[in-house]
Amino acid sequence: MESLLMIGLLAALGAIAIAVAFMSDLLVVAMLSGIFSFTCCALFVLFDAPDVAFTEACVGAGVSTVLTIAAIRLVGRHEKRGGRRASVVGLVVATICGLALVYGTLELPRFGDAAAPANTHVAPHYINESKAEIGIPNIVTSVLGSYRGYDTMGETVVVFTAALGVLLLLGGSQSRPLARGEAPARRDRDVILRTVATLFIPMTLFLAPYVQFHGAYSPGGGFQAGAILGGALILFGLVFGIDALNKLVPERILRVIAALGVLTYGGTGVVTMLMGRPFLDYDAFGEGPSGQAIGLTAIELGVFMTVTCVMTLLFQRFASRGVK
Amino acid sequence: MRDLVGLFPYWAVIMLMMTGLYIVIAQGNLVKKLIGLGIFQVSVFVLYIAAGVVDGGTPPILDDEFAVYSNPLPSVLILTAIVVGVATLAVGLALSVRIREAFGTIEEEELLPLTAPTHPVVTEAEAAQAQTQGETRP
Repeated sequence: MESLLMIGLLAALGAIAIAVAFMSDLLVVAMLSGIFSFTCCALFVLFDAPDVAFTEACVGAGVSTVLTIAAIRLVGRHEKRGGRRASVVGLVVATICGLALVYGTLELPRFGDAAAPANTHVAPHYINESKAEIGIPNIVTSVLGSYRGYDTMGETVVVFTAALGVLLLLGGSQSRPLARGEAPARRDRDVILRTVATLFIPMTLFLAPYVQFHGAYSPGGGFQAGAILGGALILFGLVFGIDALNKLVPERILRVIAALGVLTYGGTGVVTMLMGRPFLDYDAFGEGPSGQAIGLTAIELGVFMTVTCVMTLLFQRFASRGVK
Repeated sequence: MRDLVGLFPYWAVIMLMMTGLYIVIAQGNLVKKLIGLGIFQVSVFVLYIAAGVVDGGTPPILDDEFAVYSNPLPSVLILTAIVVGVATLAVGLALSVRIREAFGTIEEEELLPLTAPTHPVVTEAEAAQAQTQGETRP
């Protein structure tokens, strides 16, 4: 049954990918790539990775699609078809590369093999010891925050740096800032959309802290919660207008909180050093699970702050820019 | 037969990856290229996650009821990569927006002559146009 489901999902993904290659309307392509991501979420759940499915659903299917559509508004909707030569070259390169990769897979361990090198290296240590060493049931959160804390800090900094890049590239907001006390323009059409969003956004706002703080016991954590809260704010902006979003969460505040998130993460590491332990060694806060709990909470908070603010900032920058 | 079943997920993922690669090579629109790159990227995510699946395993959240868990490490690596992926996509889109504002197009075929004014195929009129557009850039 599971294999049938997997084959069906992979076939659907293949069909969507080919449709993306053939479509020349970028809006349709953006929608299809959102559907592609969402289908992948189902596959990730099937492959025992609910944390990944969670993140892909908010970020890959949600935020990416919205950003792409916001960019298409600025660059134009229709692509010109390329020449025949490029298609032939592309097809030949992709075929040769694909066949080489297929040849490479012949030596790979079979799908689902528990004795595969990937599953016998450090994974058994995480599975058997993390309960005693870190003290929380969700192994993904243990590895993300503690065993591979450096890695996660790097990723958080990359997210922050990308936001800086977008702020620099799309600097100087084109839309008129609202005067003090001026109400943002109300959009009176889309009654159904606004009514549903009014019910939906508060629930999403509650879901984000739940995912954040329950991340130790169930799929969740800073990245997912940040993407959910950022997604809720983007939804608010989509339905009630970008002016309303800019008024609710001004860009300068988001910029400060995004930077504070990275500072919280790095600062946790510096504090552990000041307490005489290696960088990001949470045993400085207390031996065993009690210290780990303090460290994990601190760094997950940092990740949450940065991811939420970066997601919202990215949308604000694209949506505020006037078409030239 | 067992090989066929055991390798099918990898082959399907390779086919998805190559579709993404084809879009990046063959299609000239910069936003389309970014979406192609996105398909390539998500396919790599699926490959990583597929490598960590253990037959009869459950998601890696400890509970007394279960003894066999799938590998948690790919989940961690890919979870953070997804968030980084959207951030880099945003940088790419921002660059496309600026290119469009400076040159009036994001089609590769039209951009190449504009960005290399000494190239023989560029007429003087086109070069002059490129220059004025460059000057009026904000």
